[in-house]
Formats: sequence, C-alpha cells, structure tokens
Amino acid sequence: MSKLVAFAAIQGAYNIVSKAEGKYKRALEKFGGAQKVEFPNTAYFLPIIYSLTGIKVTDLDSARRPLDFARKLLPPHVKKDCHLPFLGPLLDAGMAALFAEEIVEAIRYVEDPDFYQPSVEDPDVDNGKIWLGAADDTIMRKRGVEFVDGTAPGFAAIVGAAPDSATAKKMAEEYQVKTIYVFMAANQSGTTFAEQLLEENVQLGWNTRLVPFGPDISAAVFALGFANRAGMAFGGIEPGDYKKMLAYQKNRVFAFVNALGEVNAEWAANAAGCVNWGFPTLADTDIPEILPTGVCTYEHVVANVEHDEMPSRSIEVRGLKVTITEIDIPLAYGPAFEGERVRKDDLYLEMGGGKTQMTELCKMADMNEIEDGKVEVIGPEVKDIKKGDRLPLGIYVQVAGRQMQEDFEPILERQIHHLINYAQGIMHIGQRDISWVRVGEQAVEKGFSLKDIGTILHAKFHQDFGSILDKVQVTMYTKQEDVDKLTKRARQEYKHRDERVESMTDEDTEPFYSCTLCQSFAPNHVCVVSPERTGLCGAYNWMDCKASFEINPTGPNQPVEKGECTDPVLGAWQGVDDFVYKTSRQAISHVNFYSVVQDPMTTCGCCECIAAVLPGANGVMTVHRDYLGETPSGMKFTTLAGVMGGGQSSPGFVGHSKFNITQRKFIKGDGGLKRLVWVPKSLKEEIKERFQKRAEEEGMPDLLDRVADETVGTTEEEIMAFLKEKDHPALKMDSIVGG
Amino acid sequence: MTSEDVKKKDKAKKAADPRDLTVDVATQDMIARSRDMEIETIFDRAQTMKPCNIGVQGTCCKNCAQGPCRLPLPKSGIEGEDTRKGLCGATAETIAARNFARMVAAGAAAHSDHGRGVAETFLAAARKETEDYKIRDTKKLLEVAPDFGVEIFVEGENGEQVDRDIDEIALEVAEKALAQWGQQEGEICTLKRAPEPRYELWKKLGVVPRGIDREIVEIMHRTHIGVDQDYENLTEQCTRAALADGWGGSMIATDLQDILFGCPYPLKSSANLGILKEDHVNIIIHGHEPLLSEMIVQAAELPEMVEMAKSKGAKGIQLGGICCTANEILMRHGVPLAGNFLQQELAIVTGAVEAMVVDVQCIMENIANVADCFHTKIITTNPRAKIASGHTTHIEFDEHTAFADAKRIVQEAIDNFPNREKDVMIPNQKSELIAGFSYEAINYHLGGTFRGSYTPLNDNIINGRIRGIGGVVGCNNARTLHDDGHLTVVKELIKNDVIVLTTGCNAITCGKAGLLTPESAAVYCGPGLAEVCETVGIPPVLHMGSCVDNSRILMAATEVVKAGGLGNDISDLPAAGSAPEWMSEKAISIGHYFVTSGVYTVFGVTLPVGGAPVFENYLYNELEEIYGGMWDMVADPYEHARKMIAHIDKKRKALGIDKARERVLLDMADRQKLEDAA
Repeated sequence: MSKLVAFAAIQGAYNIVSKAEGKYKRALEKFGGAQKVEFPNTAYFLPIIYSLTGIKVTDLDSARRPLDFARKLLPPHVKKDCHLPFLGPLLDAGMAALFAEEIVEAIRYVEDPDFYQPSVEDPDVDNGKIWLGAADDTIMRKRGVEFVDGTAPGFAAIVGAAPDSATAKKMAEEYQVKTIYVFMAANQSGTTFAEQLLEENVQLGWNTRLVPFGPDISAAVFALGFANRAGMAFGGIEPGDYKKMLAYQKNRVFAFVNALGEVNAEWAANAAGCVNWGFPTLADTDIPEILPTGVCTYEHVVANVEHDEMPSRSIEVRGLKVTITEIDIPLAYGPAFEGERVRKDDLYLEMGGGKTQMTELCKMADMNEIEDGKVEVIGPEVKDIKKGDRLPLGIYVQVAGRQMQEDFEPILERQIHHLINYAQGIMHIGQRDISWVRVGEQAVEKGFSLKDIGTILHAKFHQDFGSILDKVQVTMYTKQEDVDKLTKRARQEYKHRDERVESMTDEDTEPFYSCTLCQSFAPNHVCVVSPERTGLCGAYNWMDCKASFEINPTGPNQPVEKGECTDPVLGAWQGVDDFVYKTSRQAISHVNFYSVVQDPMTTCGCCECIAAVLPGANGVMTVHRDYLGETPSGMKFTTLAGVMGGGQSSPGFVGHSKFNITQRKFIKGDGGLKRLVWVPKSLKEEIKERFQKRAEEEGMPDLLDRVADETVGTTEEEIMAFLKEKDHPALKMDSIVGG
Repeated sequence: MTSEDVKKKDKAKKAADPRDLTVDVATQDMIARSRDMEIETIFDRAQTMKPCNIGVQGTCCKNCAQGPCRLPLPKSGIEGEDTRKGLCGATAETIAARNFARMVAAGAAAHSDHGRGVAETFLAAARKETEDYKIRDTKKLLEVAPDFGVEIFVEGENGEQVDRDIDEIALEVAEKALAQWGQQEGEICTLKRAPEPRYELWKKLGVVPRGIDREIVEIMHRTHIGVDQDYENLTEQCTRAALADGWGGSMIATDLQDILFGCPYPLKSSANLGILKEDHVNIIIHGHEPLLSEMIVQAAELPEMVEMAKSKGAKGIQLGGICCTANEILMRHGVPLAGNFLQQELAIVTGAVEAMVVDVQCIMENIANVADCFHTKIITTNPRAKIASGHTTHIEFDEHTAFADAKRIVQEAIDNFPNREKDVMIPNQKSELIAGFSYEAINYHLGGTFRGSYTPLNDNIINGRIRGIGGVVGCNNARTLHDDGHLTVVKELIKNDVIVLTTGCNAITCGKAGLLTPESAAVYCGPGLAEVCETVGIPPVLHMGSCVDNSRILMAATEVVKAGGLGNDISDLPAAGSAPEWMSEKAISIGHYFVTSGVYTVFGVTLPVGGAPVFENYLYNELEEIYGGMWDMVADPYEHARKMIAHIDKKRKALGIDKARERVLLDMADRQKLEDAA
C-alpha cells in the first residue's frame, strides 16, 4: 500500500513544483528579479529553505536556486511493476513540495500584501481577515518559549476540515486541554477547520493556541517554518545543517499532521515532506497506512482514525506523553485557555480591574490551623447575582507543609494568575491588589461558581507544589468590608516581601541556582541565577529557582556553590565557572555576571532583552523582544538573538530580563546603569518606576530622560547629538571597549 | 583436442535427469540440449568423476616431494589418541590448517590482485595517462580520501580552509591505495573503517594486516614444509590475509571502482539465459573485473557499432554477463545477467553467442571446448588468464588503450554474427530484478537526501519486524543441486523475517528466481519483513554486487552498528553469513574475513577440514570466543538456514530485543534529559 502513497505523493510534488515554477515566472515578469521577498518581520529568510539548505532568499532572483533545487529533488515516478525503492525518493519529493510551497507563499506576500496578518497574535475576524500566515519573530520567540519550557509540547497541524463544525470544536478543545497548539492550513472543498471553529464561536489566534495559518495546503510551510525557526533560535542549529535540524525536530518538537477529509496528491506530498521532520500523519479517511517505524519515531501514516480518538491517538503515535490536569470543575482547563479573552458582550461577572477591589494573598499557615481542601466563599456567589454585575473579590490562600517556607509565599501567589486563567471562559489579569477577573456567560451556563476558583487552586497547588506543601485552604471574600480588610493586610505583606527581596545581594547569598529548564530546546545553554541577576527569560528569579529546587531536587534548578569570588566588579566566582564549564560540555570556561563586554553570560535565545555595546556612544543599548524596529546596534532584536543564541558567549552582547535593568548589579562591571544610552520607548515606560528609584540611588534622578530611544534615532550617529545635548554620563566614562 | 573429442562417444552410459542437477528450468533445458548435441559439460563430468575422498577432508599434504601424505579420518572416527602423522610428523590438524591457509592465500590473492589492477587503472586515470577512465564519483572520492590519510582541504591564501583540487586528491588517493599492496609495516589504513571495538580487538590480537601482499606471501612461507606447524598460529595468519582482503584489497577495489565508474544506485534489469536475443549480436562478458566490461558496455552503445551490427543482419547488440563481471555491469549499467557460474558452458550451448569475453577467475577451461562446437568466439583479454584448450582469441586489454581494445572486441563479435548456425535455442526464462544496492544507496533509500540513515533498518530490527540480517553469497558447486542451496537458504531466511544481503552467484540465482523484485516480499516473506519491504519499496533480498563487493556488506554492517541500538560491534548484531554453494578459494578468504569480523558464517556442500576434528572444532566453536564469529558447515540448506536463524535469535536475546518493544512516550522531563540535539 505504501506504493500508492508514494505514487500519489510524487505526483503531487510534481504538481506543486510545476505550479510554483509557473507562479514564480509570472511574478518575475510582473515584479522583476529585484523584487524583495520575505516573511515580514522575520530574520530567517524563507525558514524551511534557509534552515535546511542555507540558501538566503531575499528577492525573486535568489528564489530561483531553491526552486531549481526542488525540481532536481523530484524523483522518477513510481512504476507499476518491479519498481525501484521509493521511500527515499518519496521523502525527497515531499521536501521538494515544501520548498516550492514556501516560495509560493512568499510570492503571495508580494502579490497580496494584506492577505496575511503577520504581526498580530489574534486574527481580525470581525473584518473577515482570518489568516495569519507566518508568525513574526516576536510571536515566534514568545511562543517558542512555551515549547522551550514545556507548556506546549508540540503542535497538531490540521489540514482540511472536520465533517461538521461541532466536531471541529470538539477536536480543537481537546488539543487545548492537552496543551497542544493547533496550526491550521488547507481546505476541504472550500471549507476550512478555522472557519468551522469560528462558526462555533471559538476564539482563534496564538492566544488560544488555535492558529489559522492559511486556507491552502501550502500554508503548511508556516507550521514547519515555525518549528525550524525555533530550532535555529533556541537550538542553536546552523542554517544548512539539515541533519541536525531534522534530528532536533524529530527528538524535540512533538508535532504531527491531522488530515481531515479526502487526501489528494498534493496533501500526500506535504505529508511526505513532514515525515522528513519525523512528524507523522493521521487521517480520518481510508488512505494507505505506513506503519513500520524508523524515519518517524513510530508509525508514519495512520488511517481511519475516528475524530474523537484523533487527539489521543495522534500524541501516542508521535510518542508524546501529556499529563492532563483533571480538576473537578465544570469548565475545560489547560494552558491553551490562558490567552482566551472574555469580551464585553460575553461578560457575565466582573471583579476587580479598577471597577471594584480585587486582592490576592497567599500565606503560610500552621499545619493544625487549616483544613486541606476547604474552600469557602464568604458573601454572594455567582447564583446570587445577575448578568453584568460586579463584585469585589479577595482570594486568601493558606498553605501548610513541612517543607513550606515563607519565601515561597510570593511564588505560590504568583501562580494564581495563570491557574485561574487556564479555565475556559474565565479571564484573569494582574496580581496582588490590582487583580482583575472576568467570567464569561458561557462559563456560567456550564455551571461555574466562584468556589471553582478555590477548587482549581487547591488541586493545582497540590499537583505542582506537592513536595513543599501538605495542606491548602482557600477562602474567598465577596463582601466589601472583608475584601478591604484583606487588602489592607495584604499590602503590608507585599511591602515586607519587597523589602526582603530588595535587600538580598549576590555577596551574601549562597548558593546560586542553575537553570537548565530550556535545555530540552537549547541543549548547550545553562543559566546561573543569582538574587541580583534574575533569569534572562524574565520568568525565574533566584527565589523561584530555590523553590523549584526544593520542590524537585533533581530538577532543572540545582544549587551552584559560588566558591571564591574571583572578580567582585565583573561578578565572577570560581564555583560558578567550574559549574558552567561542566554543564556547557567544556564549551564555556568563564563567565562574568555583570558585564556585557567581557565574557558575558550565554543565552538560549529566549531572553527578554538583549544589551549590546555601542562603541561610538561609549555606552550600552538594550532592546526587548516586543520591539520590532531597528536599533542603533544595526540589528533588530531578532537578528541580535540570532547572532548570540544557542548557548554562546558573545562579547559585546548579553541577554537579560527586563527586571534586571533595574537591579543594582546590571552591567556593573562595565559602569552600571549610567552606561545605558538607548532603550525603546515602550520598555522605558514599562520599567519607569523602578528605574527612577535606581537613578536616584545613582545620584542622577533624570537619567531616564537622558537615555535615547527610537524617537531620537535608531543609529549611533542619530543618537549621539542627543546624548551630547543631554550630557549623558556614559560619554565621560572610561572607554567601554578599551577598558 | 578437437570438438569431435568433446562429443561423447558412449551414449549408452545413462546420464542423470537434468531436473536432478539444477532447479533452474533454463539450465535444465540447456543441459538437455547439450546432451542431444553430445556436448559434455560440467554437469556430466560431475557424474563421472567423484571428488577425492581424502582431499575433501583436507588431510592430504603435497607440500613436499616426500608425499603426498594422506591422512584420512576413518568413517567411524578415531578412538583414543589420534596418531596420524605425515612423513615429517605433521598432524592432520597441521595439514588441514595449512591447506586451509593456502586456500585463504589464493582467495585473498585473487581478490586483491583484482584490486591492484583497479588501483593501477585508477592511478593512470589520476595521472591522466588514459583518456578512457575518469574520476566520475567525486563525492565518494571525498568520502574515502580521509581513510587513506589524504587531506581534502588545504589552507587558502588568508589561512582559511578551502577545498583541495580534486585531481590532486585523486592522485594522492591512488598512490596511497596502491601502496597498501606493497606496504611492509604498519597497518592497512582501511581497517580503521570497522567499528572501533572491532578494530581494537584486532589490534589486541595482533592480527591487523601490515600489507596486502605481505600477508599472502607469509602464508605461502608458513605453509612450506617445516615452518608453521601450529593450527592456531596458522589460523592467525589466515586472519591477517583474509582481513587484508575484505577490509583491504576487496574494499579498495570496490571503492576505486565506484569512484571510476560511479557508485551503484538501484536500477531495473533482468536475469537468465532468456536475456539473449535471437536477432541480436550476443556478447557474453564473463569473469570478474569491471575495467574491461565497462569499456565494452560503452563500446556496444556506440551508434557506429550498432550500425555495424545491423549491416551484418542483426538488429542490435545484446550484452549479458556471467559471474561477477555480470554483477559489476549490472550494478552500474543495468546490463542483464545471463547466468551464474554453472551456466557458462550452457550460454554457449544456446548457439546464439557470438563472443564470450573473459578476463579472470571462475572461467572454466571447458568453455573453449564447448565453443568449438559452435561459431562462438572465446576472447581472452587478460595476460594472467589464457586458455590452452580449444580455440581462443587473445585480445589483450590495456588500460591505456582500453576503449580501442573494447571496440576491437565488440567488432570481433559483430563480425562473427554471420557465422551463426541456424540451430539456435534460447530458453524463455528470464526474470525482472532490481539491483544496485551499494551501502550508500541503502542509506539513501531509508530516508532520502535529508534523512538518509540506517536508523529505520535498526529500528525495525529492534522492534522485531525484521528478525535479523543474513549475508548470503558465493558460488555454484556442481557437487550439489544447482541453485537449490541458494534458494532454499534465502527463502527460509526471508520467510522468517531475515532480510538478505547478497552478492556474487547467489545474487544471480536470486535474480533468476524473482527474489530481487519488490513484489516477492509479499509472496515469500514473513509479515514483518514484508511490511518493511513494502514501506521502503525494496526487494527482501538486496543485490550488493560482485564477490569483491562483499566489502559492501562489511560496510553495511558497520553502518548498522553506527546507527545504534544493536550493540557496539558487528559481533553484537543479529546477523549471520552463508555461502550455500561455495566452491572457490575466494569463498574461503571471504568466509574467514566475515568470521573474524564477528559474523557466524555457515558454508554449504562441504568444508575441507573434516579430517582434522580438532582444527574443525577450533574453527566451528573456539573462534567464537576470540572473534565473536565462527565457521560452520551445514550441507542441508534448510538446516543451514535454521542454524543461521538460531544464531540470530541468540544475538537478539543478548541484545534484549527478543521481547516486544514497548512504546515509550516522552514527557517534558524526558525531553530535558535528551542529549545534544544531533
């Protein structure tokens, strides 16, 4: 039966390549060879072609080479009798099809620039613009981190359409619950899976992990391109190293294809292409199966899968284990629902968000003081109010356990945000005393009550932090006076905590903690986190790492004995160096915590910000990943990340978190905060308050005003005049490079 | 001798039924025809002349003029002390081991001298002394160059690494390769291609060969009267010479041939005497080297030659091969196989062969006598191989004038077409086949340009769809039912999900029987192997080339080891070797390099060690302790295959893959434990 697949797929690949050649020829005639070709705001050219062949497609002229290569890859057709072996040729045909399709999609950006919406996370459905096309690098990096930390183990590339929209919705929800992204492409007689979901009022977009790439089969290249960009950005895989890239995909990116509806020759070609990645295809129709293992981890093509079995069967075939959180609430629950919004029209009940007070507090309790699993709502419940009402809310979580420490309170408390958000139809924003919860009408229809929030927190705290706590009790207040009382107490707690964390220094803290959480994606990178240098991803500070170690002593966060301090200014310790040398597999022998110039720390590519030396300005700039524009370093964020990702130490560049900018040791070895000469405006806004405090400590309260941003300029020359005019302190400091 | 002498005078003597001599119908028909025409062939002689029953035991010593000393082992065996001795005191073990060693020496010499010829031609091509041979497969050249210690990069003007000139590389590879024959000390450099533990074992045992010729010469010395009289010590020298063949001379021959003529990739062709065409000029190319046959293939394709053939009344030129020359030009050009070793006389008996062009090895002297009964010209081409019997034409082939020589030969055949007699009988039998499985091609076909690797093969061995790997190779032997041993062994193996790698005359047999077609998987294989064959689109029996190309099997085994999951050495693999119908000394050399590379290797028919039970036990059992592989002899082909399967099962058990494999599902923690990305 494999012969039939091979026959069809090779046929399909011929069609695809021929059509691409035609499209290319017409585009060339119309726009000329110099016409720029790109996936907007991405730094990886056409990523499948670039990652696997090293060919940089920048304009129509340069697209010819990969297209010729695709043509050359096409194997002879499979003969009826006494045929030649076809598995290798079949995979080549698939690859040829994907190269050709990537060029076709790139030409679409030229011909119809508004067809896709590159920079938004959620499609503009109201204006009929469903299709997102290639995710820009900001989205890729943000979402890529989820693949890195395991919150999203993989993706289902769904092509075609379900037999009806209700089935589509059911499948999509199951993937959401299983924390797997759904990437959508192709149509079945004009019907698309994405449109079926819209019919069912399902929210589409990166935020709900239901990503509508495009209506044609060629949009499958966006899914594979996303995976390969992640491989380059996080895996440090060199463009053109196809062996390493495809092994990375097979071993680390748990993706697969669901083919819904009749599988034609072109789909077969795409499926064959995906097998190169180790991504198998599961179909709901009776197509020839390919069950022996080898190129994929397990089966290659599985047919006749029932729709309600499709998600579980798919992850099994792909060799993936997904632990689903079963929580006794009437709503679907999982990380995929974190980004889902509750729109005004759907709103049933709102708490906090400036309209009412909402406060969250987690406190350690004595073992005998609380009762595990006790969830109490004091005041009005959902049943007591009507649609459109508001309530104040206080969430008071008490935890007890032999391993529990006061230091873990803020960590647990910070979980409340995403844990509530994971419930379908419930939206949570903010934290502490500025929290905000929206409950959608659909959630209430399904039977949601406030008590369910307590149920979630109890269950998830036990699940995720079982090794440090034994008892969890949740009390929720919805009466104004109780909320006010809790808020008052909470604010005192917050202050106390902040002061404690503020006062921690690298000098008097032992040990530091390693973080290898992202080694599943970036195997050569290792972070060492100290109190004054939080993890460069922004997600893990020293306290988090400590708690993580307590929770899982053999996990990704391990204590690192500092050993002798070999350089207090640059921030170097013998113990840390020894550790980094070992865990980087002898690639890195020495790092400085507080320097961008000399032996800076490595990055996996998932850092929040990248600082770069600007020699002309004698200073340092930094840029966060949400900023898409040019920077005075001559590179956009994504280019910078490309230069330094994958676990290298790149003098002149360092990855760091946003918070780190306002920590006292930020690039202290290079002169500290006063070296900072350029920061994007939006980042300035974001860190303004804490920056102000630090500037005052440095004796220069107006420092932030002296720092240039993109409104001043995006080249060193452009900002120099500004820096001189503002008399920026960096200009008078020792030479940053000569030092 | 005249043709009249060949014709048998005494018809009264009852000849055996052709169906008792061969299972191949074309061969049966041709034997019948030869009988009708009163032409004697090997099949008849095998009836009238029985093998020497002491020689068959390996215990006849004629290494000095005081003998031959004959030390037969009585049928009932020897009770108590074995007191048999030659005049000099040589025991049965010493005599059998010496005879065995001389077979290894002859076999290794044959392969390696073939290799030397290739290396010389390669050198001529690299020096551009010949127009006719060129470096064709530069990819393979670049792959093998480092094994010869030849740099493929040089420092550029600014100290950067740049590609080295390909002609320079070729020249250095040619010189280094050729030097392997005459090298007196150190190691043959290609031995390091073996899996590291295997190489280390050889080093530890001190059996890494120093130079190809040296090890062969040393066998001749040691087996002279009064030198090496310790069967273990003799076997050790056999190992050096055999390794110098398999991992040296043969392997270098294969590599350089691939570079000169192209690395084989799968192609379609056909096999058996039915490939001859009544209305064509039929040229049979017989022997072992591709150097000449490559040129003949090119010459026969020349429009001027085709025109010339037409001018003589033929519709074209049909080439067909016999023995390993056949395999060489099949693998690279799809030239059909006319038959295997025992069919060489019978090809002439069709009456349709204008010329049989021969080079070296396995060419029976009697073809000249048979040819004398027809218009067929026997053209010898190699100065090493001339025939005194009958009438032959010698057109010496020189690599410097190769193409011109080839044209002369083809022309000779064409000119002979009008002399063909009316009485022509070409059997109908021919089967389609797929050949061309170099280890590189297998690698490609298991995953394409981007994912090519042996991993899918290993994976399916581990999960039990494929039980193991059988290398079934070797000759024909007129002392056993022609082709039956080959087919019984191969069919039993694939029926039990053992994938078969084949070369030489076994490959030709399988081709004739349709086992080299992808369709045969569904007919003959167990369900697991059938499914894998169907997925990859391959036959269950992979034709890897000529007997020199057994080195490809070594490399395939090495690739399987490297792909992981099946142990660290060839001896860990669930694999076994076989030569069901062996007869040549080359087979003994091949057998010994397989055994000492870690492969359990079973021979059919007989093995001339039976008269020396201690030496026999050493080969059949004790060598396993040393090399992980050992010899065996099982004449019954079914039992032969069962013993291979039992060995494969033993290895599966040792690897812990004898039970069903569980599906491993990875969660995040498992993924974090994954090693480096590659």
